[in-house]
Amino acid sequence: MSEHLPVLLVVVPLLAAPVAALVPHPRVAWAITVGAAGWALYAATGLLGRVMEEGVIRYELGGWSPPLGIEYRVDAVNAWVILIVATIGAITALYALRSVERELERDRIPLFYAAFILCMTGLLGIAVTGDVFNVFVFLEISSLSAYGLIAMGQDRRALTSSYQYLIMGSVGATFIVIGIGLMYGMTGTLNMMDLAERLPAVMDTRTIPVAFAFLTVGFSLKLALFPLHLWLPNAYTFAPSTVTAFIASTATKVAVYMMLRFFFTVFGAAFAFDVMNVDMILLPLSLVAIFSMSLVAIYQDNAKRLLAYSSVAQIGYMVLGISFATVMGLTAGIIHLFNHALMKAVLFMALGAVFYRVGSVELEAMRGLGKRMPWTMGAFVAGGLSLIGVPLTVGFISKWYLITGALEKGWWPVAVLVLITSLMAVIYVWKVIEVAYFHEFPGSEDDDGALEAPLALLIPTWALVFVNVYFGVDASLTSRIAGDAARILLGEGAP
Amino acid sequence: MNFLVGHYNYEVVILLMMVGFYILISRGNLVKKLLGLSLFQTSVFIMYISLGKVAGGTAPILMGGHGGDDHAAEDAGGHAVGGADQAAEVLGNAAAEVAQAAGQTAEAAGHASGAGEVLYSNPLPHVLILTAIVVGIATTAVGLSLVIRIKESYGTIEEDEIHDMDESL
Repeated sequence: MSEHLPVLLVVVPLLAAPVAALVPHPRVAWAITVGAAGWALYAATGLLGRVMEEGVIRYELGGWSPPLGIEYRVDAVNAWVILIVATIGAITALYALRSVERELERDRIPLFYAAFILCMTGLLGIAVTGDVFNVFVFLEISSLSAYGLIAMGQDRRALTSSYQYLIMGSVGATFIVIGIGLMYGMTGTLNMMDLAERLPAVMDTRTIPVAFAFLTVGFSLKLALFPLHLWLPNAYTFAPSTVTAFIASTATKVAVYMMLRFFFTVFGAAFAFDVMNVDMILLPLSLVAIFSMSLVAIYQDNAKRLLAYSSVAQIGYMVLGISFATVMGLTAGIIHLFNHALMKAVLFMALGAVFYRVGSVELEAMRGLGKRMPWTMGAFVAGGLSLIGVPLTVGFISKWYLITGALEKGWWPVAVLVLITSLMAVIYVWKVIEVAYFHEFPGSEDDDGALEAPLALLIPTWALVFVNVYFGVDASLTSRIAGDAARILLGEGAP
Repeated sequence: MNFLVGHYNYEVVILLMMVGFYILISRGNLVKKLLGLSLFQTSVFIMYISLGKVAGGTAPILMGGHGGDDHAAEDAGGHAVGGADQAAEVLGNAAAEVAQAAGQTAEAAGHASGAGEVLYSNPLPHVLILTAIVVGIATTAVGLSLVIRIKESYGTIEEDEIHDMDESL
């Protein structure tokens, strides 16, 4: 069976989704979701283990050999992304049970879980496939289910933000199809490896740079690169807590992966960076994103929206790493994919627990929560420290690699800016902490007692806090994989 | 002039794309925005379809003989007649792949051309775009159902009015 892992990774959740939609009882649907996500995690660790031992896994779908058939191709880069999606998927699935019961009407819950599984399937599919059109199909599976998930938020603004995301996301996806179509027109193939072989012969035409431009804009929309991030803050703010935790930690990461894959594997770093000079666009945009979005985050009054803007800034760090186009820069970007997924999931899950008890994540409503929900806010503080980049957390590892990468290139102003924006992260994380720990709870007459969130929410959150600290103390595994992935992408001595 | 006429399919695509995109950006009505999005997506469908079309080509259905030899010959036929057309270049590549799959080299297939050659269009972009059409329909359906729910909870589908209602909260 293990030889079929690449396809089973996608097929099992894909089949689980309609089952979850059809079962009448919410908890049965939840059990199916946990099963599907657990399976994905099992398959993901299996794939990563095999990739680290044996190198690239190639799987021919239905026995049709590429480039005619669709090929699933797993190397260190996408095994890593698959693991991120599966890990966050499994933990948020566990977390979902109580949170979703609190936030959604009962008859919608099975449909919610079906959309949740589909979204995860789509993201896993994008990561596992080696066929560019397949990327588009999975992208739309994940996006369409994400629109549905976001629209299930309680506030009616969830509807408009989902609509906004749908419009911008569809434009982005259509741009990607245009790019793929132009590449296909010039080469007659859709297989990534085959494209990489055939593209150099037609690089001089006008069509391929146009295709590259369409793809770049499409990916930038999907990964919310400034200034194409406008869909993100509202979508994250008004989506149900579980959805925010899941999508914030996976959807944009997978979009970053798509960008990496197309730039480095399909087009090749030489074309993307020397001919098209894409770093001249990515570098300033990511710097503006990091700086301006950190600044905007400071002025937010809603904790979820604050973290959403911080997400746009953090995506800037990843794109910044990509724009270096060096092993160190890419390692920083790839390791931050994982690390940011971990810290943002913790933060949004902690806020979900706050919402579970308080019914709001406005800063105003969070006063005095440090005493009333010590474990929840403790997790938030841990995630916040990681976001800032304090040593012994994963955030520190990311910043370390990023700054080393910048200094290696001799771009010390970039390194300085990264440090300054880390200080800005201190400010916006402190805003929440100050309200929670140093402001008195206003209405203390009836319930000054403990308000701690149920264990069903706390255990998954703290499990992730533990992972945050573990990989912050011992980053040898994560940095080895990220380093391998960076070398594969740059084509330097793939292990 | 020949260039303009010879690429009229792309001109239609670009025109439709721009019209759709303009509607998407300029209109405040949520349903009209979706219409623009649909138009925008449709232009891409046409791009793919015209990419695979070979002038005078028929549907890719096996005519006459059976077996690998005839199959490859037909492919080579499509390759030979298509000539300078860009779409045929694509077809040529696809034909080479099919020939490979049939256990023959492209050169061997070239020699076999002559007997029972049928010119046909490249089916692959058409198949791809069937998928994309389904995706487009799903997107429009999700979008319209969102619009219905927005109408239910806001009482309007004009973007600026919705914006005002959200601001006044």
